[in-house]
Order: sequence, then C-alpha cells, then structure tokens
Amino acid sequence: MLSAQSLAKIDRELAKYPADQFRSAIMGALRIALVERRETGNTPEERCLNADVIEFVANYVGIPPVAAYEVATFYNMYDMKPVGKYKLTVCTNLPCALQGGVNAAHYIGEKLGIGIGETTADGKFTLLEGECMGACGDAPVLLVNNHKMCSFMTREAIDKKLAELE
Amino acid sequence: MAVFVNGVIFEGVDTAAPDCWRLEAYMARGGYQALKKILDNKIPQEDVIAEVKNSGLRGRGGAGFPTGLKWSFMPRSFPGDKYVVCNTDEGEPGTFKDRDIIVYNPHALIEGMIIAGYAMGCKAGYNYIHGEIFEAYELFEEALDEARKAGLLGQNILGTDFSFDLFAHHGYGAYICGEETALLESLEGKKGQPRFKPPFPASFGLYGKPTTINNTESFASVPFIIRDGGQKFLEAGKPNNGGTKLFSISGHVNRPGNYEIPLGTPFATLLEMAGGMKDGKKLKAVIPGGSSAPVLPGEVMMELTMDYDSISKAGSMLGSGAVIVMNEDVCMVKALERLAYFYHEESCGQCTPCREGTGWLYKVIHRIANGEGRDGDLELLESVGNNMAGRTICALADAAVFPVRSFTKHFRNEFEHLITHKKALVDHKWC
Amino acid sequence: MLEIEIDGKKLTVNQGITIMDAAHTAGTHIPHFCYHKKLSIAANCRMCLVEVEKAPKPLPACATPVTDGMKVHTASPLAKKAQAGVMEFLLINHPLDCPICDQGGECQLQDLAVGYGNSSSRYQEEKRAVVGKDMGPLVSAEEMSRCIHCTRCVRFTEEIGGYQEIGMANRSEFSEILPFLGKTVNSEISGNVIDLCPVGALTSKPFRYATRAWELSRRKSVSPHDGLGSNLIVQVKQNQVMRVLPLENEDINECWIADRDRFSYEGLNSAERLQKPMIKFDGKWHETDWQTALDYVVKGLNGVANDHGKDAIGFLASPHSTTEELYLAQKLARSFGVNNIDAALRRSDKRVAAAQQGALWLGSSIVELLAAKSVLMVGSTQRQEQPLLASRLRQSVKKGMALNVIHTSDDELLTRINAKLIVSPLALVNALAQVLKAAVEIKSASTTLDLSAANVGAEARAIADSLCAAESAAIVLGNVAQHHPAFAELLSLAQEIGRVTGARFGIAAEAANSVGADIAGVNPQRGPLGKTVSAGIGVSEMLAAPRKAYVLLNSEIEADAYNSQQAVAAMKQAATVIALTAFKGEALLDYADVLLPIAPFSETAGSFVNMEGKLQPFNGVVRPLGETRPAWKVLRVLGNMLNLSGFDFNSAEDVRAELLAHGDIAAALNNQLTSVAANVVADGTLVRIGEVPMYQADAICRRAESLQKTAAAAAPVIALNPQDIAKLGLEAGQPAIVSQGEAEVRLQLVADAAVAAGAVRVAAAHPATQALGGLFEPIQIKRG
Repeated sequence: MLSAQSLAKIDRELAKYPADQFRSAIMGALRIALVERRETGNTPEERCLNADVIEFVANYVGIPPVAAYEVATFYNMYDMKPVGKYKLTVCTNLPCALQGGVNAAHYIGEKLGIGIGETTADGKFTLLEGECMGACGDAPVLLVNNHKMCSFMTREAIDKKLAELE
Repeated sequence: MAVFVNGVIFEGVDTAAPDCWRLEAYMARGGYQALKKILDNKIPQEDVIAEVKNSGLRGRGGAGFPTGLKWSFMPRSFPGDKYVVCNTDEGEPGTFKDRDIIVYNPHALIEGMIIAGYAMGCKAGYNYIHGEIFEAYELFEEALDEARKAGLLGQNILGTDFSFDLFAHHGYGAYICGEETALLESLEGKKGQPRFKPPFPASFGLYGKPTTINNTESFASVPFIIRDGGQKFLEAGKPNNGGTKLFSISGHVNRPGNYEIPLGTPFATLLEMAGGMKDGKKLKAVIPGGSSAPVLPGEVMMELTMDYDSISKAGSMLGSGAVIVMNEDVCMVKALERLAYFYHEESCGQCTPCREGTGWLYKVIHRIANGEGRDGDLELLESVGNNMAGRTICALADAAVFPVRSFTKHFRNEFEHLITHKKALVDHKWC
Repeated sequence: MLEIEIDGKKLTVNQGITIMDAAHTAGTHIPHFCYHKKLSIAANCRMCLVEVEKAPKPLPACATPVTDGMKVHTASPLAKKAQAGVMEFLLINHPLDCPICDQGGECQLQDLAVGYGNSSSRYQEEKRAVVGKDMGPLVSAEEMSRCIHCTRCVRFTEEIGGYQEIGMANRSEFSEILPFLGKTVNSEISGNVIDLCPVGALTSKPFRYATRAWELSRRKSVSPHDGLGSNLIVQVKQNQVMRVLPLENEDINECWIADRDRFSYEGLNSAERLQKPMIKFDGKWHETDWQTALDYVVKGLNGVANDHGKDAIGFLASPHSTTEELYLAQKLARSFGVNNIDAALRRSDKRVAAAQQGALWLGSSIVELLAAKSVLMVGSTQRQEQPLLASRLRQSVKKGMALNVIHTSDDELLTRINAKLIVSPLALVNALAQVLKAAVEIKSASTTLDLSAANVGAEARAIADSLCAAESAAIVLGNVAQHHPAFAELLSLAQEIGRVTGARFGIAAEAANSVGADIAGVNPQRGPLGKTVSAGIGVSEMLAAPRKAYVLLNSEIEADAYNSQQAVAAMKQAATVIALTAFKGEALLDYADVLLPIAPFSETAGSFVNMEGKLQPFNGVVRPLGETRPAWKVLRVLGNMLNLSGFDFNSAEDVRAELLAHGDIAAALNNQLTSVAANVVADGTLVRIGEVPMYQADAICRRAESLQKTAAAAAPVIALNPQDIAKLGLEAGQPAIVSQGEAEVRLQLVADAAVAAGAVRVAAAHPATQALGGLFEPIQIKRG
C-alpha cells in the first residue's frame, strides 16, 4: 500500500513517542501517506486519502480505523476529496483579506477558470480557501500542496507561480 | 520578512542572513550560555523557577498567565514521566510571531525548553507546530538534529547527569489545537477536542502525566532571563507587564510584520513603526489581540499603550499581541461575517452551544451582510451569544462571541443600516 | 468527607465525586444527555449546567468535582437559563419528526424539551441534514440528522466494547457519528448503543417501525442463553415479544446485555415454532391433539420399557430448560425407572459425573471473580461464550486485574493479557500441568500428580507467578475445557493449582441453566441437590451405545451434542424419539416421531441458576403460542398418565418448592472431584477445535433472523495456522475437505495465525458442519 520510504518515515514518527503511545504518530503517518498519494497519483481521485489507505495506516500505527478516520476528517489539510496535482490554498481570513487575500483567491480562480473549491478539468489545479496560516504579515499567502508557503502573492507573483507549476 | 526593533528574543539576530537560525550563529550570539550556567553551577530547580517568576514573564500565547507561577505548579517530585510542551500552533488570525521565532531563532526556543525541562524535572518535551507552516516544522527538526549532535539534547546533556529530549509534532489544519488541552489530545494522536478542566495539565496532561505547556515566545524568552537575570527582563517592560513583547501587525498598514518592543509602548508609536496607515487612509478600527479579542474603534486605540492592563481597561485584551488594523473602507458587517465564518469552521464540534451556536451566528450575520437581515436579528445575535459564552469546555465559543458583541456595539449603525435598508453604509473594499 | 449543599439540602459526600454523583445521592435530578454512569465523562452536551456559588459561570454537574462547602443550585434562574439555552441549541438542527421516530415516547430529548424547551423556535435558518449510515443488521443509523453528538455510542464501543468501532468524524456542526467507511459495527454487545442513544439516531433495526413504545408492556425476565444470567426487560404487545432490553443488575449484567440476549427474541416469533402436537406415522407428520399425542408417548415409553427394559431409554435435556422442567424430567425418568438422564449435552468426559461431589459452578460470585487480582481463563472462547462476562473482565483488567489465558486459539480479547499459552486441544492438559508444576515450585508445595511430562515454559511460569502473587486469584474453565475429552483432568489440575496457590477455581457455566440442571438432579449419577440415586449413564454413553427410545427436552441434539454425527445416528436407529420442543426443526422432523409443543422461557414460569449459583425465578411474559404448553405441565400430565406418584403440582413455584425442600443450593455447589488424575503427555495428532458459534448456542438464537445476518453468524470455515497450511500442502483461500469418521465436509480454508499449531478450527452446531464428529477429536484435512 505504501512505499518502503514512506514506511521508514512513519517509523521515524513512531520513534518520537513513548512505546505505548504509538497513537501519537497517526497525524504524521497520515500526512506521509497523503504525500505519497499526491506524488504517485495520476488522477485527482488517486491523490487523496481513501478508506483503504486510512485503514492501512491505522493498522500500521495500531489504532482502530475509525479513530484514524476521525483524525483524517478533523484536520482540514488531509485531503479527503479528489484533488488536483497542485492544491492551492489561499488564506482569506480577515487580516489576509485586508491585505489582498480575497482578491488573490479570486484572481487565481479567474485565471484557472474555476471557483473556490473546484478543480480544473485537466485535474491540475484545485483552488481552496484557507483559514489562518499564521503568516498574516506575508499576505497574500498561498499554500501549494499543504507544505510550500508562498508569501506576498501579488498578481505578478501569482502569474509567475502558476507558470512555474507545470 | 519580519521587522524587529530591539528586545529579548531577536537581540542580535540578523534575519537577512540565511544561516541566522543555525546553532553556530546562535552560539555566537551567546546561545546556550544560560543552560551552561545552570548545569555548571548546578543551580537548583527552584532557583530557576524563582528567576522566571522574578522576570514578570507572562504567557505570550494570549492568556497572559505568569510563567514562573505555572512552572511552580508542576509536581517536581512526581516519580513518573513528566512533560514540557510548547505551543507553536499559531492560528489565531492576526498572529504570526511564533513562526518567525522558529524560522530565525529556533535554538532560543530549544534552549528555553531544555531549561524548563530541567526546572520541572521532565525527561522529554514536544513542540507542537501549526500544520500550515510546514517548512518551519522541517527547519525546527533540523535545528533539533543540530542540538542533538552537539550534545545539547538527549542523554547526559553536556556531560552532566541531566537528560532531556525534545521532539517536533505538527498539526494539520485545526485552529482549536492552539487551546492547550486540545493540543495535548492532538499530540496524543486524537482529534483536537479540548478537555474539561479540572484536572489541569499540571496534574493530568500529556498521556495523563504532569505537563506544562507554554507558548513559543514564552519559552524563547527564558534563556535571556536566566543568562541576564529576571530583573533585566522585567525592566525591559513595565511593572506587572515584564519584558518586551512581539507584536504582529497586520491589515491596512504600510509595513505589516513583527515588532519586538517593550510592553507599555503607545499604540500610536507602534502604528508609526509599522509605517502608518496604508495609502494615508483613516484608521477605523483595531483588533488589538488577535481575532478573538473585542474590536476597538480607532480613536480609542490611539489613546492606549500596548500592555495587558491598558488594553484590558479599554474593554479588550492584549491576547497574543496580534494587532489587526482596519481603515475607513471596511464594512464592519463584512469583516465580522468573515470572522464568524472562521469560528463556525473551526469549532471542534464537541460542546452543544459552540457546535450549534457558531453556525447560527454565522448564518444570521451572513444574511445581514447579504441584505437579508430582519428586525430583531441584532437582539437574536446578542441572545445566542449569551447562551454560548461561558457555557462550553474551552473558550472558543467566547472567542466567537466577543467579536460579535464588540462589532455590533461599536459599529451598530452599520448593522442597523444594512438590516433596514438592505444596503451597506460603507462601500466595502477589502484593500 | 465533604459538606456540600444542593438546592438548600445539606449533604455529606465523599471527596472526588462529581456534583452529578452527589445529586443522585440526594435524589436530585439534573438533566443530561452525554453523561452516563458507566462511561467516561465527556461533558460535551452541556445540559447539566448548574449554578455553583462563587463560580463565575455555570458548571457542568457531570464533570465538576465537589469541594468542601460548595453550594449548588440546579434549578436557580441562572441554571435554568443555561439549561434552556443548551436545549434551544440541541433543537435548532434536530428534525421535528417525532411522529415517525421510533424513539418517540422514550426519547430523552423529547422528555427534556417539554421541561426546558420553547414552544416555538427562533431558528429561522435551514436545518442540517445528515445522511444515514449502515451499522449492520442490528443497529439502525438511518436517521442521523437526529443525532445530538453526545458520543455515548463512541465511548461505549471504545470503553465497554473494547474496540472503537464508532467515531465522530469531521468537526463543528458538520460532525457526524459513523462506523469506519464500509464497515459495520460488529461488537457482540453492540445493541447497547441503542439504549445509550438518548434520541432516535441509533435504533433497533429488527424493532424498527414495529410499534410505539407506549403500547408495550414491560415484564421482567432472565436471559435463557449463556450462564451469566443477564436480567431482562421483555416488552410485549398483543401477546407477542416485541423487544428485549436490559434490566439493571449491578452484580450480573450491570445495565448491559449481549446482542444474543437482546435480539434472540426474533426466534420466539419464528415460523418454525411448533404450535400443535404432531405425530409421525407412515413416514408422514400429522398434527393432533394433546391427548392423542400424550397417549402415544405413554404407549411408546411403556412399549420400549416392556420390550427392551428401562435401560433402553435415555432422557436428554437441554441446559437451557428451566430448573422446574429439569427437576420434573428427572423425577419422571427416575420414578418410571429410567436412570439415564443428562443435561451436559456437549460434555464428552464421562469421568466428571462419576467424580463430582456437587454442582459445578464458577467457584465464586461474579463480582468476586471480577474483583480478583489475577484470573486464568482455561479453554474459553470468551467473547463467543459469555460476551458480557468478557466485557466485564476487560473492565477489571483496566482496574488492575492480570488476565491470563490458556486456550486453543489466540483470539483477540480486546484487552491486555498478562500471559498466555496457546496450544492444540491435545496439549491443554499439559499446558495447565506446566502452570501447576511452576506453582508447586514457587510455593515449595507438593502434589500427588505425575507432572514429569510437563516442561515449564516462560509463559506457564508467568501465569503461575501471577496466580501465586495475587492476593485473590481465580481459575475459570470455559466451554472448550468443559467439552474437552480431558475435562476431568483439566478440572483436577485447576483444583490442584487452586489448592497450591489459594486461587478459587470453577467453570463458566455454558448455558443459562447448566448449574440448575446439576442442582435439579439432571445428572446420571446425582439426584436433586446431590441426593443419592441409582446411577445411570450420561449423554456420551447414551449416544455411543444407542438406546431404543429417547426423550428430548428442549434439545436439538444434532446441534447440542458433542458428536453430532453420532447423535443423529443414535436418534435415527431408535424405535421412538419423543421431543418436547418449541420448534419443529428440520432434523427433528427427520428423526423424531412425536413432537410436543412446549413453551420457551417467555411463555412459562420458571427459574434459571446462573454460573454463580444464583437462582433467578421469572414468570412467563406472554401466553403460550397456539396449543403450546409449559413443559412442567406436560411433564406433570405425563407423570400422572404413567401412573407415577407425586406429580400433583399447581404451579411452577410448587415444583421449585419441592426441589428446594431437598436442601440449600449454595451447599450443593462444589467443584472438588473425589479423585484427581492427569495424563499430561501431549499428543501430536491433528485435532479439531470445534466451538459452538455465538448464535448457534441454543434453539432460540438459531432462529433469530437478524443475528443470523451478522458477521459473527457467517458460514463456518476451516481455519488453520499458516505454518500448518504450508506443512500440509494446502492452499488458503480455496475450499478444503475435512473429515471425521465417514463424513466429509467441504468448506473454505482460511489461514489464521491465531489457531494453535496442530489444530483445525471448524465450528460446530452449524448445519454446515453437523455431519462431522466430536468437537475435539482427530480430524483429517485435504485439498478440496
């Protein structure tokens, strides 16, 4: 289900916690599984978490699958729905909105021809609205695939970034 | 980008230098001298705690609880495992100071946590980092590796009989995990649903063991306090408001960013440091302590100083030190609608009043903002809010209600106008 | 002790209790939803907010510990305002579909809304809709919009069920209660979530839309299934059992019951119920009247007695029968001159009856067992045999009990096991002997048993250490041990270990009235309450050396016997098989020649004696179906028709009184055997592990449709350890053929690392495997 590299990464997460508290590693393990899905999936459906992967990860970590599912659906960075090759999450919370966050999200939507919450027909981009990322000073802020934060996303910066994401 | 004036945590940090976060650079700035001082002189645990008490350091996460006092609550003689946990789950809209600490000066935090571990007799600690700043999490892991390799973490630190290890744990998109017991649940691999207190973390914390949780900025202030003395830290601020504080300024200012300044600095001075109002527009309103703090009209703010007591007297709170500045083009109904959406989205869903109330508040405010307000809606908002605040396990319900109360109090005319005329008083522009 | 005040009432309470606990002792009711005395505290519904003087805000009574001098107001204006506020929030998204909701009339939300809600809603926005979930054949989760997110069900599966099968996904108002994607809820005690759900979100699937709660009458009863003796509330309407709920009994079942206790009632209403006496002649069945049928029985018994002697007759009674039925059955048999009577139908070791000195029982009360610091379960498939006892043992483990296991399969017990020995059935005696040997060493004691063939392993040593170190310890033999051909040796060893370590020892009685049967004298060697009788032969001999006539009481011997192959053959060769039965099962119709319709537990007065020796009387909850009669009445009439004296009873109570006049039940309980012996040499033959599946345990649950749709009722498979599969050149995932004697059975082969090496796990008591022989006898396997 997961590659040897991903399992090794999960093992490193497991090692952070006391031996009888392996459950703590579920957040990291689900993140690692999601990254592998994103990197190896060819379609939006293959890039998100699904029942099989969650069950596998739950069993690997040693917790009931429904407990892992609770975690996967509680934290909103775990993709539970089909997602484009590039998931763009723009913070539109108040401080960011005051510094162009909402405008940036709309601009990206216009450029890609999709609304917030949608994926382009070619499955390449998904545009999402995010909540506070703890980087309001850098607004507008954009997360690419959860982990790469892009700051000061003016129209020009957005044009450049979208051109890069091929 | 971050802007620093002076202070405790960022003293000597050249944020423009790509390696400023590394162990070597930290050592060159006098890093880990506080830890060495403690270990070399075998300073007793209670003396370390006393020094932190003397500094007047108050928790920088928002609640402002005296850090030294919190440390003294830990049952130091408890025979089993005990933990120190750092809260870097910074997700309160307007707050972005902790990321800069991790990105530019992570070893100050690491050293602060090691000292805390020493003072409270803990063998392990965890730093819980906001999921959205994943690069900062990865960088912090690197900093931990540096410290481990240098013998600053792990078994027999610096050749003494003191052992302590520290690990990083990331969140993955849940504001509520900034609440300390939700953070503990999350650290245990569960949903981040706050725990009922009592028991408090000092007796029943991580894995049911005694645990002390502090904010990143609080821990990162500790090396200075130990190295240079609590008195010096205290003198950097004002009585009962010891030390310098990081203020995150966002919104309609020319230079949003972090400013580490003495507590008690006038807001007007801070606004000036941040380059003043963008495009010369008029200051309309300020949320002085993160989105959960009550909003204050601009003219009120201009009379206040930035410290716990002054802001509190004016009816708001210093909170995490996140200052959100709004100009005259902002429709306050729109602004409140966005905040209400946030709390609705982020409620953990556990307690009835919050799970149901945040949605109700948002739906009513959304209607008003879209010209579908009804007579009685403002009274309804107030009543629903009253049924939420103080009725839940954690303070998220209160946090959702404070903006509603303060926005509808200070800017009531905008709400009434929209309800009556189905049209906003202010031609809203976000920026 | 703390002094507190609740609503002006002064109380002295223990430190550490909550306001809710204190209010209970004061008889003050505080409204609540998420709070449940047997579950962890969630404090999430907020309905129990009360005013506490000097507290800045209302506090949840369920979670707030009392402090000295605390003054609580549960119904002050502040408290009421807080409670009413919470009620409003609970109702804004709750569908007002009470008229079509199964919970209507017994809904806590509905009840409390009357007291705390408003007559109209201020909520003008759109209500939330939540899609239904599939939790399996027992629990309906169709209407999840009704859920108020109290998480009782979640906490139940995790804390009492032992494994979290239900979760609350998502967050904020989008939170949803659900099982894992595509999975059902499979806990053997899952039905309790229906009782726990305070609203109509989780309801009983078999009961769905059957009737309204207020149309039901509530009658007390006792579960007729396993030996725990769970107390029941049976709810009836128009002379039909509609639903079964737990009756709280802290010493036995607390407030829970197993799914078998709850959903078996469907079997009572089965189309297979026998409603009229039937006689077979010319190979065809004919319904007849009672007089004709009883004449036929009397003629048959007299005929066989005259032609072949009374020893040619055997009485086989199900241990699910009532004490009164069992007492009368043995009285009838013995008065008539038949000494061959037995109720331990699946027992294969005839040596036990010969060495018994009393009725075999748990050896302590259930509460004492649960309080033991160390327990060794021997040969028990716990979760199938006594699902609720297994759950209660898990709670004890959480409180510090060391649970040790010697068994033939390493089943998931959902709890921490201190030490375990998993061995082939043929090595069970050796395994227990190892523990004895280790205990003898630890205690520097001695034993007369020859333990030279037992080599003490690390696990046996750990078990012995645990038993020796504990201030209170118990050894309990489960069904596998009781059915085992070496039961006498296992019991002897338990007795010796008990003697050496000070542990109590006993059996977890298989059926609702296994202990009662021994007490009533349905034992080939012992009469009522141990009265001396002329010895007869037990079930194993009655089937091995077939009789000319059999009288079956409540038994489907093809499923109830140790060796169903042999049992069916014995029935088929008999001149007459007289069955007193509630059901006309296919096999009975084949081998019996007269069927007398007798009442199941729900239609007769009677009593069961549970595993701890507690006699629990009950009354019928509905009238007997059709021409069904309570068995005690049938036996009374038969006694009179056979011209036997002493069969003039007016009621089941009369029968019970006559039995109890023989002595005291407690004094008749005794697990000590007159002599102990143990052949501890283990054998390497491939042997069957033939357990009775949970929902094949008795005639009633066999016919409970919904239980038969559960995962636990799936068709039997052949399970082998993967190493054995490889060694034997078999292939998992393919069908294989197992055989005992002449019979072959073809089933799917499954690799299961839990199965002990050298053993072949094939369930018994199931139509698919009834052709096979003994439960723990050698078995052959080949590719199929």
